[in-house]
Amino acid sequence: MTELQKTTAAAAPGSAPSSDPFLSVRDLRIHFDTDDGLVRSVDGVSFDLHKGRTLGIVGESGSGKSVTSLGIMGLHRSKRARISGEIRLDGEDLITAGPDRVRQLRGRQMAMIFQDPLTAMHPYYTVGQQIVEAYRVHHPEANKKQARTRAIEMLDRVGIPQPDRRVDDYPHQFSGGMRQRAMIAMALVNDPSLLIADEPTTALDVTVQAQILDLIRDLQDEFGSAVIIITHDLGVVAELADDILVMYGGKCVERGPAETLFDAPEHPYTWGLLGSMPRLDRELQDRLVPVKGTPPSLINVPTGCAFHPRCPYAALTDGRSTGELPVLAEAAPGHFAACHLPADERHRIFAEEIAPRL
Amino acid sequence: MFAYIIRRIFAAVILLLVVSAVTFAIFFLLPRFAGETADQLAAQYIGKNPSPEAIAAVKQNLGLDQPLYAQYWNFLKGLVSGAEYKFGPEPATCHVPCFGYSFKNHLEVWPELSKRIPITVSLAAGAAVLWLVSGVATGVVSALKPRSIFDRISMGVALAGVSLPVFFTGALLLTLFSYEWPILDNLQYVDFTDNPLMWARNLILPWISLAFLYSALYARLTRAGMLETMSEDYIRTARAKGLVERKVVTRHGLRAALTPIVTIFGMDLGLLLGGALITEQVFSLQGVGQFAVQAISDNDLPKILGVTLLAAFFIVACNLVVDLLYALVDPRVRLS
Amino acid sequence: MTDTQTAPIPSPAPAPDREPLLKVTGLTRHFPIRGGLMRRQTGAVRAVDGIDFTVNAGETLGVVGESGCGKSTMGRLVTRLDEPTGGKIEFEGTDITHLSAGAMRPLRRDIQMIFQDPYSSLNPRHTVGTIVGAPFKLQNAIPAGGLKKAVQELLELCGLSPEHYNRYPHEFSGGQRQRIGIARALALKPKMIVADEPVSALDVSIQAQVVNLLDDLQKELGLTYLIIAHDLSVVRHVSDRVAVMYLGKVVEIADRDSLYRSPMHPYTNALMSAVPVPDPRRRQRAGRERILLTGDVPSPINPPSGCRFRTRCWKAQDVCSTQEPPLVALKTGHQVACHFPENGPENGPEDAPGTSEA
Repeated sequence: MTELQKTTAAAAPGSAPSSDPFLSVRDLRIHFDTDDGLVRSVDGVSFDLHKGRTLGIVGESGSGKSVTSLGIMGLHRSKRARISGEIRLDGEDLITAGPDRVRQLRGRQMAMIFQDPLTAMHPYYTVGQQIVEAYRVHHPEANKKQARTRAIEMLDRVGIPQPDRRVDDYPHQFSGGMRQRAMIAMALVNDPSLLIADEPTTALDVTVQAQILDLIRDLQDEFGSAVIIITHDLGVVAELADDILVMYGGKCVERGPAETLFDAPEHPYTWGLLGSMPRLDRELQDRLVPVKGTPPSLINVPTGCAFHPRCPYAALTDGRSTGELPVLAEAAPGHFAACHLPADERHRIFAEEIAPRL
Repeated sequence: MFAYIIRRIFAAVILLLVVSAVTFAIFFLLPRFAGETADQLAAQYIGKNPSPEAIAAVKQNLGLDQPLYAQYWNFLKGLVSGAEYKFGPEPATCHVPCFGYSFKNHLEVWPELSKRIPITVSLAAGAAVLWLVSGVATGVVSALKPRSIFDRISMGVALAGVSLPVFFTGALLLTLFSYEWPILDNLQYVDFTDNPLMWARNLILPWISLAFLYSALYARLTRAGMLETMSEDYIRTARAKGLVERKVVTRHGLRAALTPIVTIFGMDLGLLLGGALITEQVFSLQGVGQFAVQAISDNDLPKILGVTLLAAFFIVACNLVVDLLYALVDPRVRLS
Repeated sequence: MTDTQTAPIPSPAPAPDREPLLKVTGLTRHFPIRGGLMRRQTGAVRAVDGIDFTVNAGETLGVVGESGCGKSTMGRLVTRLDEPTGGKIEFEGTDITHLSAGAMRPLRRDIQMIFQDPYSSLNPRHTVGTIVGAPFKLQNAIPAGGLKKAVQELLELCGLSPEHYNRYPHEFSGGQRQRIGIARALALKPKMIVADEPVSALDVSIQAQVVNLLDDLQKELGLTYLIIAHDLSVVRHVSDRVAVMYLGKVVEIADRDSLYRSPMHPYTNALMSAVPVPDPRRRQRAGRERILLTGDVPSPINPPSGCRFRTRCWKAQDVCSTQEPPLVALKTGHQVACHFPENGPENGPEDAPGTSEA
């Protein structure tokens, strides 16, 4: 019954929806016991996401962005993982729900697409078989023929040419872009209300990346689902996201609407990310401004602000950055940052030192 | 796909030819390098104190006076179309496939060898089913719960299984179940077609002792393969679909993890069909392995040649089947 | 250096007073495909299919293109890690196209390579000292001050500490490993470095560090770079001139500024418009301006006749399928292989992309 009702629940971009968020994450922590010590992959992350909206989670390798999404899906390896906090999907807490309940929601209410569509699809089954399987898990009443018709319909929707023929191809017979389209078809076959895309275009070429980003945007407009896009590429989030969450060392260091986050970023790490990347839309700079040092190990996260060893402004915090955990505070309406620098100091530094170099 | 099959079959035939040539050379050429003459070879057919005339006759009859390549050619011809030999007044027909005559009892090699085959096949096939089922099952359960009690115990037993030789486990089983508690006494090979129940009853101990060794190996292999497969991206995708774990494991994990197991299984089965020597010995089964032992201790070259070629045939055939199975299982092989 | 291109420009360009360091003419590499019953050669992957370019001493030529365009194969050919099928490679006027491994050895001092993956390109069982010192030993060129001193100087030059001499690769982060790879490449004071995707495996904040290092080294040591990358922004930042490859061909080669300001080949235009820009405000506009290529890159086994881009080009006409457009200079220092170039001096920007607009 849900198929047809879901369509235009999407709020117009920009206007903040007033209803309860579809996905609400509070103080999510996912820690792993390993032989080397406790890995704090996700350490207190909170956010809300409404239907029809897109959240971009940005971070480097080891920032905890992928583990966050796996945690929401209940796909983190449960054996040695400790998870705490709250994940509410449409009001239902997924952390206290039993694993079988989460499994029922997986693929039905929330679906996921992965980075490398070649390894993410089973090499021994045809694309059609894999989509049919995804459909029939949650539609046991559908017979094979109906499921196959549905699979062809989805392949057609994501832009696979001659879907009635290609449905019987194996993944290795598809090109990279087509495989990612097929992955998307598989994820959307049950009309999920939440779609999580983990680096969906990182393995693809730019021209194909543009196609896939376009497709995700179109499908979201059509189905009105909530989307989380996880990436290291600020360009990709700028393309898709309404809100952006920047992660560093397992924590959220900055969160806000896409426009303000790019126009007036509050956190020195975000400044660093923006300064590190050469941009086609700006005049050529003589030199890039890298962030010194390397991302932290999640076993030995630096005390205080995890970014302090790499932060050029750590000295301006009277030593608080090394000893005290900065809390996420509202710096502008809807825009939060976890930084010890006083807000006006931050704005001054950004305006005088950072912005001219971007 | 068609080209693939033809190519594989062609390669298998070539391989068999090469094996036969090499074996033939080893058994009939090397003795000459060592100084053995055609006369001495021929003398082996006659018994004690051969007369020169008799030797010359045998030499001519068997073609031992011909150059070696011609002898090899005759041998190949005999394999496919049979041969005629004139030992005495009556010409003896050596039926297809003709491996020649035994030095010792002057009987055709093939009929003697072929009646051993069902015994060895029964032994190997039964054991193979047993070890495949038990080994793979143990390996899968171990892989799904690594470091659990089950995993530790079964891997410990597996280690013991790999280390304990069949002549120990076989003898132990025999002592326990045939003599100490005679549940399975008086073991004798009964043909499957005569009495399937007795066939199975009398083979169960050899199966178990042979399978123990292999299932240990397969449990370890399966465990390693499953552990690797279960960390693949497509397993995560299968879970993300909301599949129940049982289906994730069987349809997605096991399907991929079994492919390399099938390859090794083909090799092992092929090897065993050429004679499960020790097991046959322990349980007094008159199989191909026993035949080989006897032939070697008698220095009966035609028999040795026959059994060697038979073993090679089984290995090549099993590998051919594995290759074809591989293409069936993995579309990337089939469609490339 | 920019106005002394080697192309036959219809301008009274003075004869170049120096030889280009690297000159490639008609370079071809076909990988045979075997099939059928007898495994006869049934076709060829035309990975590199007749390309010409030059690299002058002291400059950086960037090579961009999507996966499968042959850029990496080209890099392996130029460094003679692979044997060309045809064409000619001249290094400092010497023909090195078919030099044997032995005859290549003295030249290996002058041409070095940096690889993409800093994890697999360093032997995990060797110390950093052994890795960076290996070229000295291979060439029997133990420096006067001793091997260790020379290696430590190289480490410092590349931003590593001399104390790292006795450490193993696994103790380093990705960025540091890439520095080790660069130090190794620099050991014998090469004239030219061919870098295949030198930063694409690194985190954004680390990419900038390595890009800056390459920059500094070029200035300090007068190096010549051939940098192969898929990231157009990185290539723009590092290159003096840029070549764009498509399906084994160079479709456009030009001075950096000329190429990025007014790309002439439709493919280059599409490529550039596909790059996501970290500016959410441009999203609406980008949607309208973006040239969305349809479909995938055709197979290099059976490339389209005439112009290879015609199957995805919105400007293609009959002539494109019959005649292969030659690579000709339309402006000083700007060569393009297209029958209907954009931004050209004569035909102007009169036609906007039509049907394939997003």
